[in-house]
Amino acid sequence: MSRIIEGLLYSESHEWVKVEGDLAVIGVSDFAQAEMGDITYVDLPSEGDEIQAGEEFGALESVKASSDLYSPVSGTVEAVNEDLESAPEMVNQDAYAAWIIKVRMSDPSELESLLDAAAYGKIAE
Amino acid sequence: MDQSLKTTCLHDCHISLGAKMSPFAGFDMPIQYSGIIQEHNAVRKAVGMFDVSHMGEIFVDGPAAEAFVNHVFTNDVSQLAPGGILYGMMCYPDGGVVDDLLVYKEFESGYLLVVNAANVEKDYKWLLEQSSGFEVEIFDDSDSWGQIALQGPGAEDALVKAFGIEELRELEFYTFFDLEDEDGGRVIISRTGYTGEDGFEIYASPDNIRDLWAIFLEDGVTPCGLGCRDTLRFEAGLPLYGDELSPEISPVMAGLSMFCKFDKPEFIGKEVLEKQKAEGVARKIVGIELHDNAIPRAGYPVELEDGTQVGVVTTGYHSISLDKSICFALVDSAYAPLGTPLFIRIRKRVFPGEVIKKRFYKTNYKK
Repeated sequence: MSRIIEGLLYSESHEWVKVEGDLAVIGVSDFAQAEMGDITYVDLPSEGDEIQAGEEFGALESVKASSDLYSPVSGTVEAVNEDLESAPEMVNQDAYAAWIIKVRMSDPSELESLLDAAAYGKIAE
Repeated sequence: MDQSLKTTCLHDCHISLGAKMSPFAGFDMPIQYSGIIQEHNAVRKAVGMFDVSHMGEIFVDGPAAEAFVNHVFTNDVSQLAPGGILYGMMCYPDGGVVDDLLVYKEFESGYLLVVNAANVEKDYKWLLEQSSGFEVEIFDDSDSWGQIALQGPGAEDALVKAFGIEELRELEFYTFFDLEDEDGGRVIISRTGYTGEDGFEIYASPDNIRDLWAIFLEDGVTPCGLGCRDTLRFEAGLPLYGDELSPEISPVMAGLSMFCKFDKPEFIGKEVLEKQKAEGVARKIVGIELHDNAIPRAGYPVELEDGTQVGVVTTGYHSISLDKSICFALVDSAYAPLGTPLFIRIRKRVFPGEVIKKRFYKTNYKK
């Protein structure tokens, strides 16, 4: 059984968002990391990159396959988790602690289309 | 599970172990149990076992068996002693590959051809078509056999313990023993594998294979899925049919011409392959190491610095045993020499690397 944390927002493509003011902290769900298996590489964007909701901003790579990351929100990449470059397995160990990027949101209303924990639980089975 | 998929005799064991299952070559097969990295390391450092019951077993017998096998097979079975095994390919007249396979020379008479699961029907049909004029019987017995590959430095001990036969230690690389089970059924044990480690492949009835699986499991052998089967064979520089060998990729292009015996009077494809060997080929399979941890995947373009595409990745990983990003790629032969700088396009970016030897990992065969 994968863990789903209350209070976070989720996308249908299995990213989670933690809202801190107009900053969106983004990672992937426990369900996503379990589906992928051992993660061996995280392809990160650069700080300052402009990203659009629904567009690919990077990728997670397991031994076997590559899986694109999609941003749940639009905005500017404020920070990337550089620890993941040397320790990508942190995503497997705790997907909710291993944030991937922080985005300064340009349109916080986009958050309204995301799922709460209960709704996400229905698709992450 | 898709109901059209076939299952092996060990399918229930995989389900009860909680394996991640996926369709492969028409079978519902285990991709991983505990995790690809852990299973990979078990084979490199201890001992692992794979359900390879999906592989095909085709028997060829009759007065012309040797002549026929030598007609369709690139390697030379005329020098093979009973109990001996050869690796090689079956080719089309144009040098393209029908399949790569192992040929076992039986103790009594005839040969056992062990072929890729995805190709059993194609191979069987191909063999029948080529057999006119040869006094041979060809029999696809794939459904009667289960198979376990027991691989790793601990494989010999695990095998001897399970069978209680010390003499199995004396089995040489690329040879096999025949045993008989309690009911007179046949058990074949060969010192072969697809991981770059010492190991054995055991062929037996589905019932015996299920018993053996349970015995090995009890003895602490790590169950391994097809995920690490691919990472292991890749590191050892071994080709996978469909990726590094195909109707479009000949043994010479794949760097496997040592398995084509051009001193044989004839074999299907000989003329073209010999010409390729003498005159060179337009494209070759090479190894490439990236100077970065980004992971090259099958299908990614191989480029020059100016962006000209000169090839394509056929298999790639961040190597578990070597901790670097490496791949096989099919490239224009001008860029095949060792040390040639090449670039791989991974999503939106381009990563530099260079051509290195294909045998990425030093193999540990018992020779």
